Amino acid sequence: MAETAKHYKNRLGLWGWLGGGRYGLERYAYALHRITGMGILLYFVLHIFVTGSRLGGRESWTKWMGGFESGIFEVGEYLVFIAVAYHALNGIRLALTELGLLMGKPTRPLFPYRSAVLKQRPVLILVMVLAAVLIIAGGLDFFLLGAE
Amino acid sequence: MSDAPKKVIFEVLRYNPGVDARPRMQSYEVPAPKGLTVLDGLLWIKENLDPTLSWRSSCRMGVCGSCAMFINGKPRLACANQVAHLGGGKVVVKPLPNYDIIRDLVPDLEPFFAKHAAIKPFLIRKNVEELENPSGEFFQSREELINYIQFAYCIKCGACLAACPTVATDASFLGPQALAQAWRYTSDSRDEGAAERGKEVFTAHGAFRCHFAGACSDVCPKGVDPAFAIQLMKQFMFREKLGGCKEKHGTEVAPPVENWTPREGIPKPPDHSV
Amino acid sequence: MRESTLWFWHIIAGAVILVLLGLHMTVMHLDDIIGLYADTTAWETVIARSQQGFFMVTYILLLGAALYHGLYGFRSILFELSLGKGCQKAINWLFLIGGLLLFIYGAYVAIAVYSMKEVVL
Ligand code: HEM
Ligand code: SF4
Ligand code: FES
Repeated sequence: MAETAKHYKNRLGLWGWLGGGRYGLERYAYALHRITGMGILLYFVLHIFVTGSRLGGRESWTKWMGGFESGIFEVGEYLVFIAVAYHALNGIRLALTELGLLMGKPTRPLFPYRSAVLKQRPVLILVMVLAAVLIIAGGLDFFLLGAE
Repeated sequence: MSDAPKKVIFEVLRYNPGVDARPRMQSYEVPAPKGLTVLDGLLWIKENLDPTLSWRSSCRMGVCGSCAMFINGKPRLACANQVAHLGGGKVVVKPLPNYDIIRDLVPDLEPFFAKHAAIKPFLIRKNVEELENPSGEFFQSREELINYIQFAYCIKCGACLAACPTVATDASFLGPQALAQAWRYTSDSRDEGAAERGKEVFTAHGAFRCHFAGACSDVCPKGVDPAFAIQLMKQFMFREKLGGCKEKHGTEVAPPVENWTPREGIPKPPDHSV
Repeated sequence: MRESTLWFWHIIAGAVILVLLGLHMTVMHLDDIIGLYADTTAWETVIARSQQGFFMVTYILLLGAALYHGLYGFRSILFELSLGKGCQKAINWLFLIGGLLLFIYGAYVAIAVYSMKEVVL
């Protein structure tokens, strides 16, 4: 036989992380968990160095902190707060579901099927509501209370 | 019926490996009588408009798993989805993503089957002699059966891998189907292969690359719920780490039934042929 | 190390972070709501916290847990990119050494500030 004809590569690639089809809410929660995780990690590494300025005493600390007083940094910090609020709450859900909890037991598959993903969906909704509450509370603290 | 059926547009991905540099979409107008499935539509196109259109199908009743395609934004079985239920005016049919395209709607499922084989999808027993020359059947209660039966309904259609975000980038990830089958056998009361199978499953490209995006369970046409199976597999590992799991002994061989006569009219089983 | 061990600690670290980072976030960002400090990031407030044994110890714990959790998570993400074997090995070493260096630096800062003498309160 002749050499097999060329297959066309059809792996979705990075776009496949974000969506690429009509799937359930959890798939988008996954993408957001991933993005927030990487965002927090980046912040965290920088944070280690910035708070290291305590070594230089009051002067170095206030110089560093003063550098972050402008609006952009405040908004950036608030974004990190949002990311943490979502990642932490969704992380609780993921830790539980990835350990097989919140989803009932295996059953006979009778049509129409009710997957474990559907069974835990109320928890995801609860997570989103709680995250919204935290984000609003944080917003008050960031921009209204305590702002001179 | 007297009046002619409505027409519906099928937009189908075409790719001819020798000729096309890249796939293209082609439109066909198909009469859509009540109850038309996507597979019916493709068959009508092949018979009446374009005999070169290629895809895989066989049973046309959701059993063989050949006809999974990417239909209107979701991997589904072409034979088990009616055009009228898809919603929207058009039917857009593409091959399952995340597999190479061999031609038109035909995905290359070889790597998928290789992953299934890699997780040892069979009962593993310490006593090999009993497996080779069985003296009877292994006990299994109804409850023990329900523990895994839904996972055993998999028809290897491959839809779940097309929906999975990890498969979208990681060629060596085992994928929802194989991982679910790993749990199907590990959770079987007759199996003693947890450790052996675990070596294939708990690797850097195994169960932990699942992040419970849940899309596989969303699209599975048989209610297998692969995402659930994978999380149960991780739970099993976690418990083992905490020291909660004793080594499992598969259920015993049932002794021959004594003092038993078959009901009248029931034929004898055939003799061994080998 | 076996992948299951690495993932096991990823989850455990997540639980530890949940408690400690929850505390940290409350102190830092919900302080006005619960009326904790006049200004949480003022030098006096910061140094008063840093010199309490409780905060020093939890800072170091949080540092270790978050580094481990975050770096394992990021490694997961990178491993899902169909990289070659050599590349994966390099990532393992890079993250291990990078993580350790960051931990040593962060822990050094926490301990040094804890035992700093001339505090101008
Ligand atoms: C607040 C408490 C936190 C909890 C409860 C938590 C929980 C989790 C869980 C359960 C996962 C695994 C999800 C999966 O398998 O897809 C995860 C992933 C991850 N976490 Fe966290 N986490 C927390 C904080 C953090 C912090 C502080 C960082 C950064 C330093 C971080 C960075 C990441 C990263 C990068 C991933 C990988 C995401 C992925 O694979 O998609 N997390 N987190
Ligand atoms: S688990 Fe479901 S979607 Fe995946 S191959 Fe089996 S039947 Fe198809
Ligand atoms: S043709 Fe067999 S499942 Fe569709």
